[in-house]
Parts: sequence; structure tokens; C-alpha cells
Amino acid sequence: MLTESEPHYRQPLRKTPFHERARALSQLDSFIPWSGYTTVDVFTSVEQEYFAIRNAASLYDLTPMVKYRVAGPDALRFLNRLMTRDMRKLTPGKVAYTVWCNDEGHLIDDGTVFCLAPHEYRVCTAEWQLDWFRASAIGFDVELREITEEVAALAVQGPTSCRLLRLAGVAGIERLKPFEHGGFELAADPAAARAAVPIMVSRTGFTGDLGYELWMQPQDAEAVWDALMEVGRTRAVRPIGSRALNIARIEAGFILPKADFVSAEHTLYLGTERSPLELGLAWLVDFHKGHFTGRRALLEEQRRGPRRLLVGLDVEGTKPAHNALLYTERSGRREAGSVTSATWSPTCKRNLALALVDASCSATGSEVWADIYLNRELVWERRMVRARVVERPFFAPTRRRATPPADY
Amino acid sequence: MGSKQHDAIVVGAGHNGLVAACYLARAGLKVLVLERNAYVGGAAVSRSLYEGFTYSNCSYVCSLLRTEIIRGLELPRHGLQIIPYEGGCTMMRTGEHLAIYDNHDAMRRELARHSRHDAEAYDRYVRDMLRHCRFIKPLLLREPPDPTSFKPRDIRELLFLGRHFGKLGEARMYDTLRFFTMSCADMLDEYFESEIVKAHLAGSSIIGTALGPRSPGSAYVLLHHYMGSIDGAVGAWGFARGGMGAVTQALAASLTASGGTIRASAPVAQILVRHGRATGVVLDSGEEISAPVVVSNLDVRRTFLETVAPEHLPGEFLEQVRRFKIRGSSGKLNIALDGLPQFPAIPQGSPSTRGDMHITDTLEMVERAYDDWKEGRWSRAPYVDMLIPTQIDPTMTPDGKHYMSVFVQYCPYQLAEGEWTPARRQAFGDTVIDAIARHSPNFKDLILHAEIRTPRDIENEVGLTEGNIFQGELTFDQLLFNRPIPGYAQYRAPLKGMYMCGSSTHPGGGVMGAPGANAANAILRDLGRLQ
Ligand SMILES: Cc1cc2nc3c(=O)[nH]c(=O)nc-3n(C[C@H](O)[C@H](O)[C@H](O)COP(=O)(O)OP(=O)(O)OC[C@H]3O[C@@H](n4cnc5c(N)ncnc54)[C@H](O)[C@@H]3O)c2cc1C
Repeated sequence: MLTESEPHYRQPLRKTPFHERARALSQLDSFIPWSGYTTVDVFTSVEQEYFAIRNAASLYDLTPMVKYRVAGPDALRFLNRLMTRDMRKLTPGKVAYTVWCNDEGHLIDDGTVFCLAPHEYRVCTAEWQLDWFRASAIGFDVELREITEEVAALAVQGPTSCRLLRLAGVAGIERLKPFEHGGFELAADPAAARAAVPIMVSRTGFTGDLGYELWMQPQDAEAVWDALMEVGRTRAVRPIGSRALNIARIEAGFILPKADFVSAEHTLYLGTERSPLELGLAWLVDFHKGHFTGRRALLEEQRRGPRRLLVGLDVEGTKPAHNALLYTERSGRREAGSVTSATWSPTCKRNLALALVDASCSATGSEVWADIYLNRELVWERRMVRARVVERPFFAPTRRRATPPADY
Repeated sequence: MGSKQHDAIVVGAGHNGLVAACYLARAGLKVLVLERNAYVGGAAVSRSLYEGFTYSNCSYVCSLLRTEIIRGLELPRHGLQIIPYEGGCTMMRTGEHLAIYDNHDAMRRELARHSRHDAEAYDRYVRDMLRHCRFIKPLLLREPPDPTSFKPRDIRELLFLGRHFGKLGEARMYDTLRFFTMSCADMLDEYFESEIVKAHLAGSSIIGTALGPRSPGSAYVLLHHYMGSIDGAVGAWGFARGGMGAVTQALAASLTASGGTIRASAPVAQILVRHGRATGVVLDSGEEISAPVVVSNLDVRRTFLETVAPEHLPGEFLEQVRRFKIRGSSGKLNIALDGLPQFPAIPQGSPSTRGDMHITDTLEMVERAYDDWKEGRWSRAPYVDMLIPTQIDPTMTPDGKHYMSVFVQYCPYQLAEGEWTPARRQAFGDTVIDAIARHSPNFKDLILHAEIRTPRDIENEVGLTEGNIFQGELTFDQLLFNRPIPGYAQYRAPLKGMYMCGSSTHPGGGVMGAPGANAANAILRDLGRLQ
């Protein structure tokens, strides 16, 4: 049995290893629950935090991301049957973004798989998966263990993130390519009475920008945070909350469970499940690798063609089309789908949305109409606003791929 | 009282009788409710048996009562208020416990203390329960179709059922069908690995039921208890402020407000029949009261074997009534306490005593408790569902005193060793009190008064045959269009003008009100007052 330091009926939410630091810098006391932890929604201002991601570098505590250790002689066979991508291509030092489905080809979750060693993987997921993974592991010699609280995680994202890590003494970080990970060291700092700190770094992220994710032991979390904040003090580095990150992830075109899809493990109503093909993730589905869970249903869906598709929309005007219903014509006679995520993009200066639309209006350039409600000093107005299907990602700077990254 | 004064007589002022009467009165009928006891409520009643204390003498949890009925009959305006539980727990013989918390994150962490896997499986379990409920709930307030009939309404209802099932999708339909016949233990094994989690959840599958957790069909009973909701929170349980009598008091007030009449201490001896038609009733006192519609709130056995002369009924029908499974398996203790008992297993400040508390920590233990019942004994280590509502409800006891409701499973109607006697009843009560005292050192010292009720007492006082709390077992052979009797699932007796509205009818027992509401609907349709 686990032991808890405080009774959970008084404090249902846990604190991450960065919590004390975050609380000290939080000006608004704006915390939200995330997978059983309390985390920052906004530190100071969503706009300022957002621009830290696109202009300089940002720190985001992603410890609540659910993490599993998958190890053993059958680890690869297990993962390859579970995941839609070909896991055999994932060699030590590499990371893959992938999804997994049930037998009906409906999406359970998306996440990243880290290959740590030939028989050892780490899977990071948005939602808890032990129940599903265990059921999927029947017949495989594989060890599954949730390690969420054993690993603290910090995303360092933004155009100066490589520079920031170098300044903090993470030697060799500039050679790390996208979707690679490796063991590094945060250099010792005698001035701060700090010994060298071992960290694992992956060049991954949820912002579509240059960026890294740092994985460390919980007891090292504060030292890492302090070191990065210290060297970033004069370089516009900021801790950010979930709100700012959400703008960046929509610009990058990434999907979020509970926003853009509901895991088939949680749906109550029939027909609310989503397939990876519908979500525009066909590129993650490898029909040639052999059998995997959901393959037959997905093949059939591919043959028929998905009935609806997740697309990017460029909406006229500046009012984000949150939760808007979409129509094929301005008259609003025939529904075309609905918006799942929306934001004004401060970088693209466009009004962006992710939307699930009928296959018939999913081609790039198609036009749909968004039913938007405007609140003018408590007087509500309804507007039919033109929206155009555009390519995703909405924002994809070349710097996100450059190796070595620009050194500023 | 002269004749022709009443359009309908309802026999029995249980909550279903009152619900039916309310709907009939609201439709403009002159309704008379006749109740045997000096008080209304049947098994939904609050009485004071010890100075200053109010007990929920029979039922004690309010969650199944349909929101449509609460709203439609304006029960809040007539004083009904339902307050949700704050938690729950099972105390273990090891001194450990499993707590149930309202807060999802706290609940997850609590389950993870026992099994990390089960913490996740719990979400899947809840999801599946909700999926099954989504299927069954729309059927509750509908009259079940007769699958052998070709009447347009029956065909319409069958089509509704078919379409409804169709919407589930094939895989989920199989799941739901499997659920009706499965044992609770098998069902829980599909989700959980931790014994304590299974033992806790299994409780709902045996309450009021002459089944054990390993008996086929027990999974459905669990679902039946899940069907309730409070303010949209499906599966939530709550207390009626002032005890369960608050439900029937509000119903009685609502009935009176719409012009209905209730006569207490008016036991009905016979339902009068002339030319195959119910024409009224005769009371024990000999008084005759006539009405063109007679509705029985009594269970189907009592209704047809005791209040209708057999010559008026089809023989085969009577045979099926005789075979209707209505076995008593539950007892109840209502205890006045001088203070709040201590439960050392529960940490200070935890809300888990402000809800249902249990002391059977393995499925095996629950199954053994059932074995005792089969052998004609009360369970030596009984399953109890105990609550101290006065931690939340300030109206039932004096300050600082508490009322504890203890529902006990299993207790037989007929003892193997002989008839129930006051001494045996006391011995049964002592068994339960001793079992609780093992988890609460000061419990016995706090007892000021205890009402001990065996199935025999429940039968005598409430009129529930054999003390079966649901007016008949909730097994698939007695559900939907099989409840109470195949061919008679539509609230109509085999006599013109006579109807049934008790828990013996679809969708079954519990303080739900649906049988009463559906029966009123059937009557009004027959009278041409509905389409
Ligand atoms: C101990 C116990 C605990 C329970 N716990 C719960 C619980 O916590 N939650 C829950 O939802 N359900 C619970 N139940 C079940 C629920 O209380 C019953 O299913 C429900 O109250 C039955 O209501 P009814 O109106 O169908 O019938 P009844 O309540 O049985 O009503 C029948 C009425 O008819 C009267 N009557 C009988 N014979 C005559 C006659 N000859 N003439 C006139 N009147 C007559 C009776 O006195 C009674 O008032 C419990 C039941 C019991 C016994």
C-alpha cells in the first residue's frame, strides 16, 4: 500500500515537486486539477506567458503527465500489438508520438513512447492506462508499472530554450535532434551550492516550437527549476500555466483528450468515439507492420473513408469560435460539424479553430459557417461567420527542427 | 359513506399507492386511499418509538425516487428535501478500511491505497454501470409491452425496446443482456483484483435479495440500486430530511392539496367483484365502499391470495401468483444512541462515516452470510448497511444524540429451529449489535433503545409478504414484461376496473414511485383520459 503524507480526504489533489516554486511565483492563485495534481492555470498573464513560448523560453510543469514503465522480454511485441505505429523502428534514444485504439478502431489515447534500452520503454499518456495496458498484456512477458510520481517533468519550450539549457550547463544539448532523448547533466554550480544533477532530456513538446522536455528525480526538481530561472532571469524566461500552453498547442495543431476527442474508454453515448483516421492521424497508423489492436476496423474505415474529419479552420473576425456549431451555408440549414478547440493566435494573427466536420466539407479550401455568440456588455448577439478549412499545423517555424538550434 | 362518491379507491398508503393516487387526483378523479395502519407510508415511514427520536423504520436511503415524480407532484413544496451522502466505507477485520469519497481525486487515491489497478478499473466500472443505466432508465417510467400481444400500443412499445436496444450497438447490447443474468461476483471479478473493493461493491447486489454475491442474477440487483440519482448525479445516494417518512408525508400533502382523501386505520378485507368487475371494497369493520376503479398497493401475493375471492380469478393466474418469488431475507435495527460511536478504523475527520458503513470485508464472508440464510439461520457474521443520518440531518434526534439505521442481510422469514419468538428476535439483534461492536468499542454503551425487526415483523407491520422488501425478488424472470406475472405486466389485474400499483409491478421495489406513476397512467388511459 502507498503511504500518503496528508489525508487525501482533506487534500484530494497532490502537489508536484515543483509546487512550492510555482506557488511562490503564482500571482493569481489560479490553480486547476490535472490528473490528480494541482497545477497552475495562469501565473501572471496568459498573454505574457504565451509570448514566453514564442519569443524566448518557458517552463511548464508536466509532472502530472501519466507515465508508465514497460519492460521485459516481450516489451516490444506488446507495444507493437498495442500501438498503431511500427514500434520496431523505435531504437534506444528515440521517442515516438503514437496513438492506441480498441478493437473497434476507436481512439483510447495518444502519447509518447521512449525507448530507453532494448527491452525497456517509457510510455507517457494523457490519461491513466494501466487497466487497458494490463488487459492488453495478457500473454506477454512484460512488466507494467505506473511511475508518474517517481519522475518529475519540466517542459522548456521556445526559441531560446536550447540556449537556456546550455547556459545552465547542459553540455551537448544542441546536438539532440527532434524525437531524440538522452542522459545529460545540469552542471554543478558552486555559487548555488549545487552538485551536478543528472537529467534525461527529450526534444519533444506540445508547442510546435523549438523545445525540450526534462525528466528528473523528484528530489532534483527544485534545483533544476532554480538553475533555469536563475540563468533565464534576464532573458525573458517565464514559468507558464496551462492556458498559455493551450494557445500554442492549437497553433501547432495538436489534439487534446477531453477537448478534441473523448477516449473510447470513457464514452457513455454511442457514436461519440473517434478513430485516428477521423482525427487526421492516419499517418500514425501503419497497416503494413502486421496485426495491432483495432487494425481490422481501421482498415474497413479506411476503405469506406471516414465520415468526418478533424480539420483546421481559419475563422473570419477575431472572436474565437469556442464550441460553435458549423453549417454548410450561412442560412444554417445543414449542420457541418462543430468546433472542438478555438483560439485567437497572437503570432499568426488569425482566428484559429480545430473542428470535426463532415467528410464532404473537409477538403482544404472548403467553406463552412460558424455560429458564434458574442457578448457585448451582457447583450448577446449571434453571428454566422465564414470559416475556411486550412492546412495544419497553423504555425510551424523551421527553428523547431533545426539542429543545432540557433544560439540566442 | 355512500356509494358513487369515489372514482377510484387505492388500497394501501405505501409510497406507490400515494403516487398513483396523486396522479389520479391531478387528472380530476375523486380518489380515496385506504390504509390499514394508523399512519401512512408503508415501508417509507418515519416513526417515533423512543422519546425524542425519529427512526426511518424500514427504508432509509432515498435515491431511486424518480425526479419526474418529485417535480410533477411538487414534493419539495410539500416538504421533501433530499441530502446526499458525504462518503461511505467498509471497515476491515484487520483494522484497515476502504473509504468512499465524493471527490473523484480523493476516491482514486483511496482505491490506489488498495490497488492501483483497481483505482483505474473503478472508472471503467462506473462507466459501464452508467452505460447499463442509460439503457434501463428510460424503461422505468414506461409500461412494459406484452410481447405476445398485437395491440398497437404493445407493438409500439416492443419497437421502442428494439430501437432502444439497437441504439446500444451490438457489443453493448450483449454486455447489458449478460448483465441481467450474471452473478455479481463474476461481474466484479471482471474489473477488480482487490478483495475489499469487491466486497464493498457487492453489498448493493444482495440488499433485500435472497441471493448471494455468487448467485446468477445478483449483478442486476446491484444495477437496480445504481439507478437512482440526486440532482443529475447518477448513482448518488441521499437521506430524506426527517427520515423516509418525509417522502410519504409530502406525497400525502400533495394528494390532499389536489383533493384526494386518505383514511388511516381502515384495513381492507376484500375487494368486491361483480360480473367480473371490481366494484369497491369492504373493510374489516364491514363497511362497504364502492368505486369503479380499485387499485391495490399491496404485493401481488397479498392482493390476489388474500383480498380477492379466488372464484373471480383464472386458476392459472392464481397458480403463478402463488409461485411468485417473494422471499424475506432482510432484517432491520433502528437504534437510538446517546452519542456518536467511535470507529477506530476510520481516520479522524474523514467524511466516510457520513454515509453507508459496512463490516464485511470479503466476498467470501458475504457468501457465507447467505449460506446461513439458506440453512434457515440469521447470518452469524451478517452483512450490514449502517448509517447515522443524524450527522447530517439535525431534525431526527435531540442535540448530541444520534440515530443509527442498520439494514441486515440475511435474516430468514422462517427459522429452521422453529417459530420466531421475542427471545429469538432479541438473539438476532444481539448478533448484529455484537458484529458492529467489534468495530466500535463504545457502541454498546451508547445504545438507549433498539427496534429489532425480522422479516416476520416487517410482514406483520408493513404487510410485505414474507418481509420481502421489494414486494418480490428482482431477478430477470420477475422483471420487465415478466413482472409480476407474464401477461399481467401492465398494471391491470385479470378483473375489469382493478389495477396493481405496488413494487410487485414493473420496474420493482425501492422507494422509486415508478410503479405508482405507471399504474396511474394505465388507469387514465383506460378511462380515456390519456391518448
Ligand atoms: C427494512 C426495509 C428497508 C428498505 N430499505 C430501502 C431503502 O433504503 N431504499 C429504498 O429505496 N427502498 C428500501 N426498501 C424497499 C422499499 O421501502 C419498498 O420497496 C417500498 O417502500 C414499497 O412501497 P410500496 O408502496 O410498493 O408498498 P408498501 O410500502 O408495502 O405499501 C403497502 C401499503 O399497504 C398497506 N396495507 C397492507 N395491507 C392492507 C390492507 N389489507 N388494507 C389497507 N392497507 C393495507 C400497508 O400498511 C402499506 O402501507 C426497504 C424496505 C424494507 C422493508
